[in-house]
Amino acid sequence: MSNNSPIFKTATELSQDLQGGTVTSVDITQAMIDRIDAVDEQVHAFLHIDKEDALDQAKASDDRRAKGESLSPLDGVPVGMKDVIAVKDQPLTAASKILENYRSPYDATVVRKLKDAGAVVAGRLNLDEFAMGSSTENSAYGPTRNPWNLECVPGGSSGGSSAAVAAREVPLTLGSDTGGSIRQPASLCGVVGMKPTYGMVSRYGLAAFASSLDQIGPFSTTVEDAALLLEIISGHDSLDSTSYPTEVPNYSAELKNSSEPKVLGLPKEFFGPGMDDEVRASIDQVIEYYRSIGYQTKEVSLPTTDLSIPVYYVIATAEASSNLARYDGIRYTSRSERAENAIDVYAKSRGEGFGAEVKRRCILGAYALSSGYYDAYYLRAQKARTLIRQDFEKVFAEVDAILTPTSPTPAFKFGEKSEDPISMYLSDVYTISTNLAGLPGISVPCGLSSSGLPIGMQLIGKAFDESNLLQIANAYDREHLHGRQVPNL
Amino acid sequence: MEYEAVIGLEVHVQLDTNSKMFTRVGTGFGQPPNSLTDPVVLGLPGALPVMNEEAIEKSIKVGLLLDCKIAEVCKWDRKNYFYPDMPKNYQISQYDQPICEGGQVEIEMPGENPSKMGPHRMVELTRIHLEEDVGKLTHYEQDSLVDYNRAGCPLLEIVSEPDMHSPDEVFAYLTSLRNSLVAAGISACDMEKGQLRCDANISVRPRGETKLGTKVELKNLNTISGVRNGVEYEIRRQIRAIEEGTPIIQETRRWNPDQKYTTPMRTKEMAHDYRYFPDPDLMPVKIDQTWIDRVRTGLPEKPFDKQRRYQKDMNLPYSITSALCGDHLLCAYFEEASEMAKSAGKVANWVVNDLLRELSQANKVDEFAEEETEKITPQSCAVSPQMLAELVNLIEDGKLTNNVAKELFPEMFATGKSATELAKEKGLDQQSDDSEIEGICKEAIANDPDAAEKFRGGKEGAINALKGAVMKATRGQANPKVVDDILRRLLS
Repeated sequence: MSNNSPIFKTATELSQDLQGGTVTSVDITQAMIDRIDAVDEQVHAFLHIDKEDALDQAKASDDRRAKGESLSPLDGVPVGMKDVIAVKDQPLTAASKILENYRSPYDATVVRKLKDAGAVVAGRLNLDEFAMGSSTENSAYGPTRNPWNLECVPGGSSGGSSAAVAAREVPLTLGSDTGGSIRQPASLCGVVGMKPTYGMVSRYGLAAFASSLDQIGPFSTTVEDAALLLEIISGHDSLDSTSYPTEVPNYSAELKNSSEPKVLGLPKEFFGPGMDDEVRASIDQVIEYYRSIGYQTKEVSLPTTDLSIPVYYVIATAEASSNLARYDGIRYTSRSERAENAIDVYAKSRGEGFGAEVKRRCILGAYALSSGYYDAYYLRAQKARTLIRQDFEKVFAEVDAILTPTSPTPAFKFGEKSEDPISMYLSDVYTISTNLAGLPGISVPCGLSSSGLPIGMQLIGKAFDESNLLQIANAYDREHLHGRQVPNL
Repeated sequence: MEYEAVIGLEVHVQLDTNSKMFTRVGTGFGQPPNSLTDPVVLGLPGALPVMNEEAIEKSIKVGLLLDCKIAEVCKWDRKNYFYPDMPKNYQISQYDQPICEGGQVEIEMPGENPSKMGPHRMVELTRIHLEEDVGKLTHYEQDSLVDYNRAGCPLLEIVSEPDMHSPDEVFAYLTSLRNSLVAAGISACDMEKGQLRCDANISVRPRGETKLGTKVELKNLNTISGVRNGVEYEIRRQIRAIEEGTPIIQETRRWNPDQKYTTPMRTKEMAHDYRYFPDPDLMPVKIDQTWIDRVRTGLPEKPFDKQRRYQKDMNLPYSITSALCGDHLLCAYFEEASEMAKSAGKVANWVVNDLLRELSQANKVDEFAEEETEKITPQSCAVSPQMLAELVNLIEDGKLTNNVAKELFPEMFATGKSATELAKEKGLDQQSDDSEIEGICKEAIANDPDAAEKFRGGKEGAINALKGAVMKATRGQANPKVVDDILRRLLS
């Protein structure tokens, strides 16, 4: 495939090419389909792709453009969806057997916004079942493989969304991040992934895992592209009570403004044991770079860091146990053929329909909420969550953003952690507290390990300060563009 | 031994709102099954609830009406349980912070006889909370069907203290509560449509004992008389059990209205753990004083206050006010008509006797009717308050006799024609055209000079013969007083 193929371009470049008339949306979409046909058997990022529908959308975009009626810079650019984001008349499985035959009768708000912007919404991307996991090994439809090394996991839960971008199957995708599910797979696959501030992007149409933590966000090869996608999907939504009524800045325009050097905080609790040496070295280079362009760095402390994993696994599982109760075999979910009475319909349908990790978390969550344990677990976790948030507030009085690795290690091998839930949970140690505090975080690729696996850095920003966070991330990314490196497939 | 029953009620009232509690879908009774649904009602993946402000406002209104303390923050909890009546398998409700706390409901017990006012007292409330209603299940031999039209409708749960002691008090409480809520436009409170539902917590103890007995929760009380009968039966059952030495177990029992007894549903050991926790999809709603004050200005007069006002200020007897004040539409009609009429008392009589009679006849349920017909209300009936006021004024002015008016009223109700119009049509209007009557009087005097002479001679009673002749000639339509005046003038 020639390097001039649309699949090797960023969304920003494709947008310019479309505007310049050097390429059509049908060309781009067809190239994407060809690429999926060529590599997805190895990568398995896609659970489903409605090629005909994608080409129809592309054709409609080209027709609009011919009439001078293009809707936005993203008009005609394909965007793939993690299979928990509802697209009207498309399957929505959440990578679970229990939703095997379900199609959504409506569009998620982010999808409606993308369609209104003319984007080609195409493809259902693999994930850990119901977004529970850090490796995409928990998909009922088989794991996604890391395009950089097919023996390794792509991270998770949005492993399909990160791998699809890394494998150049689609220039942009959306994922969801509850404890790191966008940033960690972005890091492991060498692409950009961003979790916006809680409330910045509507959750309407996102099959919920943990309502108070879930947030939809973009995957792309550059920070510039992430800004382009984020500004389209952000904004207040009257269908989501937790969405925040705030103006959406023009992120891509603000990215072009030259920004003053900023102050970056380095939390000492993150730079302790458990961090891979190569990851450490890579982050040190990032720190050096920022200093070289006039940034200040500063050691800061987030003393409640070690609380975040236990707090997260109480709150997230509690909410999940209730959110997933609706998958019951009664109406739209698969019903067990062995069910003989009403209790059976629930017990057997859920028993057969859910995978082990989903069951584990539902049981954990139900336990944390049960009478007599609520105060000791759920209520205490909520109090600790407040402390974690306050820790961040204190640090942000002194710094503009916090810099950490995204994941303690590069991508690990299949099966390496899947037998040990705790070690799997620890791979989210740097990302989880951001969700608990509701803050925006972005993972930017910052190099390859000696074995050729991507390493990512994480920048955490102040609430609703996406614009600054993107500028800081871009200050590094535009000079390095690690995300533009293409794995050999 | 004498026993005392202790009863607390949990009353569920469906709020009459345009849309459901957490989504834009409309509400309504009698629609095709599952037509009032959307992704939120059906709990589809990704659907999220958004609070209906009207439901909060109506709940505040109820709280103010019943003298409750209104919460500063309206917060939501999830009640988790698996049952097909709730597609999400959790119900959005309020657990530890109900929208209203405390409060009371004024009740009236039966008097010595229907024309005597009975004793009044306050029944204390514990709390009122808002939640979403669940769907309706219909069980068949092999299958069960579920209709989610009702699911997600705003439902208010009004919990009383264990503060009632007899089926009569329970009946009085429900009646009073329903009258207040209907009058305030909160709900139509039709038990047959499930707009008002009631569970009762019942225990008995030896009279004088202060400790409460073991309580039994009674369900399936679907009509007001069902509540009274069910409670009465359950009290007797418990007393009998105690006297037989059988311990009462804490359980939920079901009232079987056809067989008229209660049967166990589940015991305390089988009680659910609902795993309540704050709903992370909904932000708490602040209820500030400005909002409360605004709702307060729209508050209607309480039915019992209205009744006291009618008795005190308008001098209406209890038998009339008790018939009026159970129905706020009747009261509104009465007040409108009485403002235009020369006698409020007469209007009240007409409303309570004639209008009510015609309405109840018109609204007689046709059991074989295929569709439910719209009920005729005082406001929608053919006799407007203006027309009734006119009728009363015609009588007061001596232009129509009471008997004629009584005859005309059903026709007014049936045709929508005014009293004047009908009387004219039928030639029934009391002749008040003095010159015409004067002519007839002159004729009567000419026809009976003897009587005229006797009257002039001081025999007072002689005028009656002349009056009789005039009335006969006018077929009774002349106003006797007018005739009397004219005859006296002519004979003087």
